Amino acid sequence: MELFTIIVFSENQPGLLSQVSNIFTRRQINIESLTVSASSIEGIHKYTITVFSTKDMVDKVVKQIEKRVDVVKAYFYTDEEVIYQEIALYKVATNIIVDHVEVENLVRKYNARFLEINRDYAVLELTGHTEDTQLFFEELKQYGVMQFVRSGRIAITKSSKELLSNFLEKRAEKAD
Amino acid sequence: MSKELISGAEALMRSLIHEGVDTIFGYPGGAIMPVYDALHDHQDKIKHILVRHEQGATHAAQGYARVSGKTGVALVTSGPAATNAITGIADAMIDSTPMVVIIGQVGAALLGTDAFQETDVVSITQPITKWSYQVRNAEDLPGAIARAFYIAREGRPGPVVIDFAKNAQIAKLEYSYKKCTFIRSFVPVPDVEPWSIEAAAALINSAKKPFALIGQGVILANAEKELNAFLEKADIPAGWTLLGSSAMPTEHRLNKGMLGMHGNIGPNIKTNECDVLIAIGMRFDDRVTSDLNTYAKQARVIHFDIDPAEINKNVKAEVAVLGDAKQTLELVTEKLNAAKHTEWIDSFTEYEQTEQEKVIEPELNPTSHEISMGEVIRKVSEATENKAVLVTDVGQNQMMASRYFKFTQSRSMVTSGGLGTMGFGLPAAIGAKIGAPDRTVCLFTGDGGMQMTIQELGTILQEGTGVKMIILNNNFLGMVRQWQELFFNDRYSETHMKNPDFIMIAQAYGIKGRSVSQREDLDGAIAEMLSDDQPYLLEVKVETKGMVYPMIPTGASISNILLGDK
Repeated sequence: MELFTIIVFSENQPGLLSQVSNIFTRRQINIESLTVSASSIEGIHKYTITVFSTKDMVDKVVKQIEKRVDVVKAYFYTDEEVIYQEIALYKVATNIIVDHVEVENLVRKYNARFLEINRDYAVLELTGHTEDTQLFFEELKQYGVMQFVRSGRIAITKSSKELLSNFLEKRAEKAD
Repeated sequence: MSKELISGAEALMRSLIHEGVDTIFGYPGGAIMPVYDALHDHQDKIKHILVRHEQGATHAAQGYARVSGKTGVALVTSGPAATNAITGIADAMIDSTPMVVIIGQVGAALLGTDAFQETDVVSITQPITKWSYQVRNAEDLPGAIARAFYIAREGRPGPVVIDFAKNAQIAKLEYSYKKCTFIRSFVPVPDVEPWSIEAAAALINSAKKPFALIGQGVILANAEKELNAFLEKADIPAGWTLLGSSAMPTEHRLNKGMLGMHGNIGPNIKTNECDVLIAIGMRFDDRVTSDLNTYAKQARVIHFDIDPAEINKNVKAEVAVLGDAKQTLELVTEKLNAAKHTEWIDSFTEYEQTEQEKVIEPELNPTSHEISMGEVIRKVSEATENKAVLVTDVGQNQMMASRYFKFTQSRSMVTSGGLGTMGFGLPAAIGAKIGAPDRTVCLFTGDGGMQMTIQELGTILQEGTGVKMIILNNNFLGMVRQWQELFFNDRYSETHMKNPDFIMIAQAYGIKGRSVSQREDLDGAIAEMLSDDQPYLLEVKVETKGMVYPMIPTGASISNILLGDK
């Protein structure tokens, strides 16, 4: 089993998320993270999905995803083939920062930044890979973390060729 | 000058006519009433078949589509009507049948409120359709219908659902219609890759023992002629899947019979002996392959398919030939060397002889006084000069029919393959007869399946659809009983059926019929059944404990074929 990043480009149609997620459910594959956003191409939405699976299985799943009418293209990548990040937010009581200089050191060590600080609590933000944001959480936990949340992965390929653009150009030629 | 304003319901009618729809199978109800009202004005162009249950509408539309090659259309109301239609939609999906199902929905303002007869149709049907879409505004309707027909029929066909909110049926729109010919995100037929044609041809030219597996994709692509040229040029024997039956004539020299659990011995055994296995428009269903760990391991596999998701799904292909089979078969055939594989083809003979002796002969000429299922089927097939459309229900009747019915022309088999839907047969036969009115349509069903949708006799009563219904009555859920006998120590748990008098039921619906239990009466009854165009119900009381052999038990290797001790 390996972690794969699946990137799905779709038309902006309601209801597509459940169609995509159902394909994983049918195959008993757990989605580790899922992020949906607009892409750089107008009208095209982008899903970034991570799953632990085998290459053979993820290949089958991606083909099934691509079968959905409103999905434009779907690809899958290993970690080596993409640049990826996640964002994590941490809420801690303000007094632990005041009382423990180690907390401030941790913030510096991990390059976290304060999003908000008030009399009661501070909110920290850290972007990075799961291991980084998790490690910061583990270290911070001993001083008390009131809330913690981590986003799904977002990823951009290392390939200089934009496969989706090639596909859309070809489709535009067919449409003419 | 401003355009004419018409209702969404009227726009639906005009859109259907634009798409060439002349027949709809349906059942009215509250949330689809504006559409039915509009239909009243178009009876001269669109014939509506009033079924007796929404499941019947979908199966009838499937039967219609499968024999005619057109897109079947079903029209039902919201809520329970929609959920009743689900079985037929799922069936059409797994068997790649083009169908558009238009479902009434509560008004958009009521959506999500658990309104009377509201169901979340789009969510329910998304996994079992090619596309499912809700029309909430009248002006969206023409575009949605155009897309629906395009998606349903293009590429690998399948069902599409249009969930039509009642307010949108009533609201007015400026109507114009443009057929859909392109959707950016939908590539129905993948481009043919020239290297795949070269590679497939090279592999076939190098083969000493090539073997082809024929699926429904050949029929859907109208590629029967190209298939024939392909097989004959390189002298390749072929087996066929249940849904691929009738793609080539039964008596064709290279036709080696049916694949799979109840298929013929030769094609099953030879799948594990061939050197190059050529799958054409088939999806390596588990009923064909059984245990994948022992399936065709020695073979180099070429897979022709229109659907990229089928490639390597179950069986790894060395060469995938993506595209429409009509085109790809022709391209590969051009590059094939004319060949003869006489010794290889002759090697099927010993299996044919074994099967003839141990299975076919005892089935067709039983020594028992009880009538066998196989002999009824073969007699009906021969009495129609092997030209009839065969419709089956699901179970022993289906397997026996597919084994013993003979085909002389394509699009002659209508059956529920992938979903295995009991109750499919009767409404599908009605649809098939309406789709091919000039052909004799023979339904083989069991006593169990018949009763699952027996209310469709009412549709026959109303429409006079001249289907020939043959109930193979063994007073058992025969296939389950067979499994109980083989794998559950003869514990016949809830498979014995006490049945009604089917002939009296038929009479109540104004349908002629006859029940036969003696062999000497069979020929006369079949002749009487086929003598005119009227619907007819023939009940044949067949042997109670008939078995379908050969049989490969679930999950076993295909070489572990049971022949029974007939």
